[in-house]
Amino acid sequence: MINALTHSQIYVLDQDEALEFYVGKLGLELHTDADLGFMRWLTVNVPGQRDREIVLAKPGPPVHDDATAEQIRELVTKGAMGLAAILTTDDVQRDYETLVGRGVEFTEEPTERFYGTDCGFRDPFGNGLRLGQPKPGPIEVPQPSELAEEPPAKQ
Amino acid sequence: MSQAIEETNRRMLRARDAMDRDYAEQLDIPGLAKIAYVSEAHFIRTFRATFGETPHRYLQRRRVERAMFLLRETERSVTEICLDVGFTSVGTFSRTFGEIVGEPPTTYRWRAKDLGAVPACFAKAWTRPSSFGEANGAAGG
Repeated sequence: MINALTHSQIYVLDQDEALEFYVGKLGLELHTDADLGFMRWLTVNVPGQRDREIVLAKPGPPVHDDATAEQIRELVTKGAMGLAAILTTDDVQRDYETLVGRGVEFTEEPTERFYGTDCGFRDPFGNGLRLGQPKPGPIEVPQPSELAEEPPAKQ
Repeated sequence: MSQAIEETNRRMLRARDAMDRDYAEQLDIPGLAKIAYVSEAHFIRTFRATFGETPHRYLQRRRVERAMFLLRETERSVTEICLDVGFTSVGTFSRTFGEIVGEPPTTYRWRAKDLGAVPACFAKAWTRPSSFGEANGAAGG
């Protein structure tokens, strides 16, 4: 029986820059930074969650030939790699303001929804991430007619 | 060569994110080109090469997607929704909505569907009208 998700991976263009962003700006913890000779194994984790690592992987040899690595880098930079991760916090508004102050590029401000409040941002390479503050307790899935959690935008 | 493409992609993405975020504002090509650090002509050409459609069309689809949401989930009038999502003329809004969705806003409202409970970013991606299969086979303009 499968019993845990221990590693997931995000493609980055530069591992030093990735470390500076994911640890320096977001506040994740460095888990492992190991030179394996053929590659640099670099992982981070949410503070305190050592059993769940995010691999910050650089496309290239030995896994990818140059042309393939180039294609991956192009997809990352045009934001085509999809959602890299959804992270949670106990205070999304506070963290949003902190991260804006650190120069993190937000794609969406904190917005209230039926499952909580969340916002969207990008890493320096183009990967999309979300940060949310889930509502406590069981989430009531609204009927379609009740789904208007996003107020009409202001002019 | 490759690095230049990556830097260009990243800047184009920044301009596209601005459209996703600020669609209700009066965005224009000069402003978006500025975000991407390129000239206007270069911006339009490069954006299209990167994402497969012009920035103008991308913005129209973003606005129409938000209008579809408001038509489904609120009681606001078509005119109010038109202004809410950044169009300034109801005529342009209705025509653009029809081109992209294949039916007028009021007809669409009639058969609004339940999208279920999914994170908003997925709902956004799934319900975004695609320029690659637009109503009447119209090419992205």
